[in-house]
Amino acid sequence: MVGDTERTATQSGAGAGTATAGVTFQPQASEDDAPASPPAVEIRNVSLWYGSQQALGNVSLDIPRNRVTALIGPSGCGKSTLLRCMNRMNDLIDGVRIEGEVFIDGEDIYGAEVDPSDVRRVVGMVFQRPNPFPKSIYDNVAFGARINGYKGDMDGLVEESLRRAALWDEVKDDLKKSGLALSGGQQQRLCIARAIAVNPEIVLMDEPCSALDPIATQRIEDLMQDLASDYTIVVVTHNMQQAARVSHRTAFMLAGDDLVGRLIEFEDTDRIFLNPGDERTEQYITGRFG
Amino acid sequence: MAAESAATGGPQSALFQRRRGRQLFEQAIGWVLFLCAAVTVLTTVGIVLILVIEGLQFFGDVSPWEFFTGTKWTPLYTNQAFGVLPLIGGTLMVAIGAAFISVPVGSVTAIYLSEFASPNVRAVLKPILEILAGIPTVVYGYFALTAVTPFIGNFAEPTIFNAASAMVVVGIMTIPMVSSLSDDALHAVPQDLRDAAYAVGSTRFEVTTRVVYPAALSGVIASYILAASRAVGETMAVTIAAGSTPNLTWNPLESIQTMTAFIVQVSLGDTPHGTIEFRTIFAVALTLFVMTLVMNVIAARVTARFREVYD
Repeated sequence: MVGDTERTATQSGAGAGTATAGVTFQPQASEDDAPASPPAVEIRNVSLWYGSQQALGNVSLDIPRNRVTALIGPSGCGKSTLLRCMNRMNDLIDGVRIEGEVFIDGEDIYGAEVDPSDVRRVVGMVFQRPNPFPKSIYDNVAFGARINGYKGDMDGLVEESLRRAALWDEVKDDLKKSGLALSGGQQQRLCIARAIAVNPEIVLMDEPCSALDPIATQRIEDLMQDLASDYTIVVVTHNMQQAARVSHRTAFMLAGDDLVGRLIEFEDTDRIFLNPGDERTEQYITGRFG
Repeated sequence: MAAESAATGGPQSALFQRRRGRQLFEQAIGWVLFLCAAVTVLTTVGIVLILVIEGLQFFGDVSPWEFFTGTKWTPLYTNQAFGVLPLIGGTLMVAIGAAFISVPVGSVTAIYLSEFASPNVRAVLKPILEILAGIPTVVYGYFALTAVTPFIGNFAEPTIFNAASAMVVVGIMTIPMVSSLSDDALHAVPQDLRDAAYAVGSTRFEVTTRVVYPAALSGVIASYILAASRAVGETMAVTIAAGSTPNLTWNPLESIQTMTAFIVQVSLGDTPHGTIEFRTIFAVALTLFVMTLVMNVIAARVTARFREVYD
């Protein structure tokens, strides 16, 4: 299916605006091929072990600022693990060892004097399953700001964050209601509001739509593109159409027989899907494995 | 089963005969297990029936009004008074005092075990706490008399038997109950919620106090109620430590008597059966039973609400 798309899209030239078999290439995905500003995240030679099993092998890539970057690849290729290297969430798992450097604004977040909770203030995260706290909608959004000692107008911050997460109109009349009372898609947008209320520079999304229905998925995808004007978004997805729809750049990862995840190819998204440089990338996106 | 017994008549009957023997054995096992379960249930029903019947006989002689509002408890004296409040007061004083020890210490222990301790430390600490739960309560009573009361004597002037020493040992005794049940409740909080809190820059302490503990609150409160229920029903340690002076007082340095201790006193003494003095223990036991039952039901309700949130 994706193979057909690829051929059709290639024939039609740049592929911008072409919609076939559910894959739409957004015009903005092919614009601004060379970002002017320095990368938001520079990953340098990162390797990671769970106990004695290596899970990431020497991964290096630059995440462009104010763009959506997608990490794709089959299960177990280390894409979620790589994502969690960018906000040190892997530190919370016992027996994890990480080598290499991850620079954000020129500072290595794995440096000896860096507190992981400070990193996570700058690099927010949205998870696979919507995970609002069993608190009110208001308290969910205000949580991070309170933790971080926000002294400004909390009502304004909550409203602004909910508006940016495209949830405000649906919940503005019952902010006291429990976050758990919302639908799955609303819960996920609440989690996005909670993440951006801390005013991060980067928002990581770990398969944010995998537990959602298609309509809720579309809203989140639209939201990702809107948010990219203010934040750097990195999204892990199993869904290649999603990567094609929302991202500007795509990294394809793959684990070999040794189960060590490696970066195979990192290119502009339309290039990855229309004209992949590596044979394995082509095999994956045309559905021949994974 | 019908099909199987029909098959036994067939040519391969020897094979099926053996199987039928096994099935009879299975049935017999089922019955034995049912009888064992029935013994427990029947015992409980029997105890409650006796409590109610004897208690009602007692309330034929003494008005419930006098029993529940009277402030003097002297059923064994010539000048009889049947006000149970001094016993209830003594019982609650010990239980509440014990809660001031078991709730904070047990909660902090649970938080440490669930959120802070490494798996290795946890593997050592949890069994040690469970040993604390396995110490015979008579040992706690002796400990109160020979160690806690002299220790309190360094700061104040307690009588030999005093409520304070009972509070301390019952408090220590119920720490494992609070810590173990609270630990279970904290552990049941989904990792998703912890991750969400970490992801906005919380420290481990903030994750614990602002997300995990509040999310587990109903389970934690259930553990407090169950520990209080256990403290109310605790017998041996308080009988030894707190004395046998029914005394409606707020002063923990004085000797008091709990409901359980009174029941021990009458049961072991030479009060003749069938007298109103003897029946008092059924009235007291019925009251105690209702108190702990209500607490356990509240704890179960609170826990049930807790389950609804995450399943």
